[in-house]
Amino acid sequence: MVSASSVEIRKVNKHYGTFHALKDIDLVIPPGKVTCLIGPSGSGKSTLLRCVNFLEEYDSGEVLIDGTMIGYEAPGKKMPGRKLREMRRSIGMVFQQFNLWPHMTARENVAEGLIRVRGLSKSEAHRRAADALAKVGLADKMANHPSRLSGGQQQRVAIARAIAMEPRLMLFDEPTSALDPELVGEVLNVMKTLASEGMTMVVVTHEMGFAAHVADQVVFMEKGELVGVDSPDRILHHPEDARIQSFLRTYHERNSF
Amino acid sequence: MFSISVFLESFGPLFWAARYTLLISVLGIGLGLVIGTLICAARLSPYVWLRRFAMLWVSFLRGVPLLVQLLVFYYTLPVIGLDVPAMVAAVVTVGICASAYISEIWRGAIAALPKGQAEAAIAIGMTPQDVWIRVILPQAFNLSLPALINELILLVKASSLVSVVGILEITRASQAQAATTFRPLEVYIAAACIYLLINLCLAVLGRYLEHRTAI
Ligand SMILES: Nc1ncnc2c1ncn2[C@@H]1O[C@H](COP(=O)(O)OP(=O)(O)O)[C@@H](O)[C@H]1O
Ligand SMILES: [Mg+2]
Repeated sequence: MVSASSVEIRKVNKHYGTFHALKDIDLVIPPGKVTCLIGPSGSGKSTLLRCVNFLEEYDSGEVLIDGTMIGYEAPGKKMPGRKLREMRRSIGMVFQQFNLWPHMTARENVAEGLIRVRGLSKSEAHRRAADALAKVGLADKMANHPSRLSGGQQQRVAIARAIAMEPRLMLFDEPTSALDPELVGEVLNVMKTLASEGMTMVVVTHEMGFAAHVADQVVFMEKGELVGVDSPDRILHHPEDARIQSFLRTYHERNSF
Repeated sequence: MFSISVFLESFGPLFWAARYTLLISVLGIGLGLVIGTLICAARLSPYVWLRRFAMLWVSFLRGVPLLVQLLVFYYTLPVIGLDVPAMVAAVVTVGICASAYISEIWRGAIAALPKGQAEAAIAIGMTPQDVWIRVILPQAFNLSLPALINELILLVKASSLVSVVGILEITRASQAQAATTFRPLEVYIAAACIYLLINLCLAVLGRYLEHRTAI
């Protein structure tokens, strides 16, 4: 069992120029649970997710990881880089476009952070990288460069790269959206395993099946606002808000034939 | 009549002179890589005065012909009381000139990398130095290898200009040879063959390196 982080988002606002991308977001992400973020494209899901590891700077409000604010020491006062990096070490992130480093093999991709960030010896890092890759079912692909892997395999390497760092929180930004439909399942299965081990996970997704079956809570966003937070059943099957109903109607129309 | 024997005999002294051509080109590109990397870093830095300096550097060196730069540099040194061997002056000028082009090659390659490459490294807690050294620069180098080899080929040709400061490289040596043999055609064709040979070798090397780093 991994130790799992909690996240508390309080009154977070974010602007791009004059555009108000996140409006007074309040959200509690309990430890060891899976939270799925859904909503129309452009609603601010990625922006909110990226505020959690401070890849995106929020303008006001607080994002607390296990009670410690990330990015700022006090409102308006940036945290020193060293402190921020220390916090990021325990937050894994998986991107829609995988973002594997193409000049390194799968194994080197996973070992890199262990060597540079965790300070492990090369041999120890490579041993752990092999374990992490075995865990995502890629023991036989360790020596491949990313260009020699399918999309699903690349995304599993990216997950291995994150979990090898032994994070207490994992952020996923549409991890299956760039994949051919037949490759989606293998990535979702790895994510299900992680969830069952008690990792805190925040997942931006359009996979309603995954949200319905794996999530402990589902968050619906629209136009930079957090419209609803509830159990998957209440959001996906019995939504009260008209905006959620309309989003799901569009989703079902698009996915039925 | 074209004299085959003069043509063939020219190769001896010209090959000897080719050492200087190669030395100036290789040292020039080496210096250009070092300075060009610093200029590129300045250009991408968050400090506005560093960025301005880099922009000035690049536009000045790209806007003034290498020949003029060489003459200016060569005749400025004694004025400021520096007694520098012609060879050093040549390498420094060629290196500085190359730095402008190399910094632009770097900048293009770095801009071509997807933003997510650095983000993935930042997200696991890498320091900015490691992000550059481990993730950005190796990829930028692979991407710019063809352009860098091309730059080296241009330098080999441009190095003929350093003959004006009295270095006995291929072009200057062929001028001397032409004057003593009274056979300029044979000598200059021999010189052309040597330039061609050097640059064909570089092109093949470039092709090989590109192939090796392609993944
Ligand atoms: N770097 C940026 N600069 C300007 N606008 C941005 C930037 N990133 C995102 N936005 C805008 O913010 C809004 C929310 O974007 P995003 O969080 O990516 O939405 P989602 O992930 O829900 O599709 C969008 O309207 C988008 O155009
Ligand atoms: Mg998004």
